[in-house]
Amino acid sequence: MRKSIWQTFKEQRHLQIMALLGVVWMLVFNYAPMYGIIVAFKKNYKITESLFSFSFLKTPWADANGFQHFINFIKDPEFGNILANTLGMSILKLVIGFPLPIAFAILLNELRSPRFKRWVQTISYLPHFLSWVVLGGILTTWLSNTGLINQLLILAGFTKEGITFLAEPKYFWGIVVISDIWKELGWSAIIYLAAIVGIDPDLYEAATVDGASRFRQIFAITLPSIKGTITILFILAVGNLLNSNFDQILVLWNPLNATSSNVIDIYVYHVAMRSMRYSYASAIGLFKSVVAFFLLFMANRVTQKLNEVSLF
Amino acid sequence: MNTSNIQHHASLHRQMMMAKVGERALEFLMVLICFVTLYPVWYTVVISLNESADTMLGGIYWWPRKFTLDSYKAVFMDKNIIKAFNITIWRTLIATVGSVFFISMVAYAFSKRHLMGHKFYMMLGTITMFFGGGLIPYFILIKNIGLYDTFWVYVIPGLFNFWNALIFISFFREIPAALEESAHIDGANDFTIFLKIILPISTPVLATIALFVGVWNWNDYFMGVIFVNNPDLQPIQTFLYRVIASATASRAVVAMPVGISGGQVNSQSVQLATMVVTTAPIIVIYPFLQKYFVKGIMIGSIKG
Repeated sequence: MRKSIWQTFKEQRHLQIMALLGVVWMLVFNYAPMYGIIVAFKKNYKITESLFSFSFLKTPWADANGFQHFINFIKDPEFGNILANTLGMSILKLVIGFPLPIAFAILLNELRSPRFKRWVQTISYLPHFLSWVVLGGILTTWLSNTGLINQLLILAGFTKEGITFLAEPKYFWGIVVISDIWKELGWSAIIYLAAIVGIDPDLYEAATVDGASRFRQIFAITLPSIKGTITILFILAVGNLLNSNFDQILVLWNPLNATSSNVIDIYVYHVAMRSMRYSYASAIGLFKSVVAFFLLFMANRVTQKLNEVSLF
Repeated sequence: MNTSNIQHHASLHRQMMMAKVGERALEFLMVLICFVTLYPVWYTVVISLNESADTMLGGIYWWPRKFTLDSYKAVFMDKNIIKAFNITIWRTLIATVGSVFFISMVAYAFSKRHLMGHKFYMMLGTITMFFGGGLIPYFILIKNIGLYDTFWVYVIPGLFNFWNALIFISFFREIPAALEESAHIDGANDFTIFLKIILPISTPVLATIALFVGVWNWNDYFMGVIFVNNPDLQPIQTFLYRVIASATASRAVVAMPVGISGGQVNSQSVQLATMVVTTAPIIVIYPFLQKYFVKGIMIGSIKG
């Protein structure tokens, strides 16, 4: 005899309650904000309005069938500059910051002494555990006009007066990219190291017997074996091109370097928190998510064609 | 002995020499990377231990020139800093314990394939990994449900996370069913089984997730910037952010020694000392928990 749905539910009631608590949490903190995207299509949402009231739904929609804020963003005089800053820093991080952890993991794996290897590994994780605020504090100290970098530059005779690095837009991208690599090099390598450890040691033995040098083995065995991991992380990185590291950039941002530090995330934050234009800010955020999803999709397609590895 | 044999010998010798040189170069590179990694942290500690007026003269690289603990005394005398430390400690403790318990509980239920609606629950979770409302709708929600400017904004919104739930789910599915069956026969309900049998054998995953959640909460400053207005509710990272942000623009132009106690301690050295105190607990703990987070990343990567 088949049990009724109610009977099954009653038997599982403890598990069901445990699961439903999670579902309720997700409905509130994941799904309600998705519903809140409606704000982006409203004429001018005010923070005092409740998302869950009937009157909120009746507030006027934005012009152009609700798309006025999106049109305004594309016409915004800041648009080009913000997009350039966002993509510029992200692409630099991708081009320089993406291969380095792979190289680091491979080189680490070539170390003969396990003790030495473990020490290097442990030390390389350290910066990941510093907060961006702390690293921001270190950077502002180092880069101030009397800071360590300027002391060294003056000592070496490159400059007579201290350069105010964080007040000049032209240095900002470099500071962001280098500090990001410094912080995450060792941590990002963990995943590749795990992949390298999983390679069949027989492959290396056979190659050694054949007389292949260790340098050749890296290109003939190690890299091809971790290709799948590299591809998946690459797809994810491309999908993240429009996401700046908000924590990082907010700490280093100041009005003097704004022309090269205003990225989409910072702009959204300022538009909402300073100008209180919540509808406009939500529209910019949604624009970013849609483009990001498209990028992820494209990267997935391309890698699928090129080497038959894909995320979905 | 013919010449080719000798030649072969010579080339082999050369190859070994090359390998030796390569190995030394590699070791040197690794030591260099370690130096570049450690020096900024070391330098911060050194400056925080040096007399601040003396620091302004420059030329300190390796060791404090005029050693003093004044900056640290100033940190621990400052009521606002102590208050902020308290917030950080409490939010980290409560959020970590609460979230590890909540995620593991939900994940345990989700891990049961025979659970009615199991597929639907997993789909609900998977969607959250790829889609979200974005910062502003999230901010509006926090305002709407009354969490804005309360201590609980640090705890409740961070209680659950489907990525971490997946790590638990994959672990729970490896547990032999026999363990739970015998308890079922003894009449224990599923919640008791989760509490008394499952949790105690899950310490490795619990530690991994606790470490991730704990470090995140300890280091987060953004929640305090965006969701909290009351200065008494600022965690130490947010406090530091405000100090740095207000100083960045001005210090980027000229270094400003601001006297706090008779010119002995300036704001920069107090800031550095606060940074050291803030970071020290994590730096001391993480090497011992290395195997847990490495394992966590590996499980996460296989699933993701």
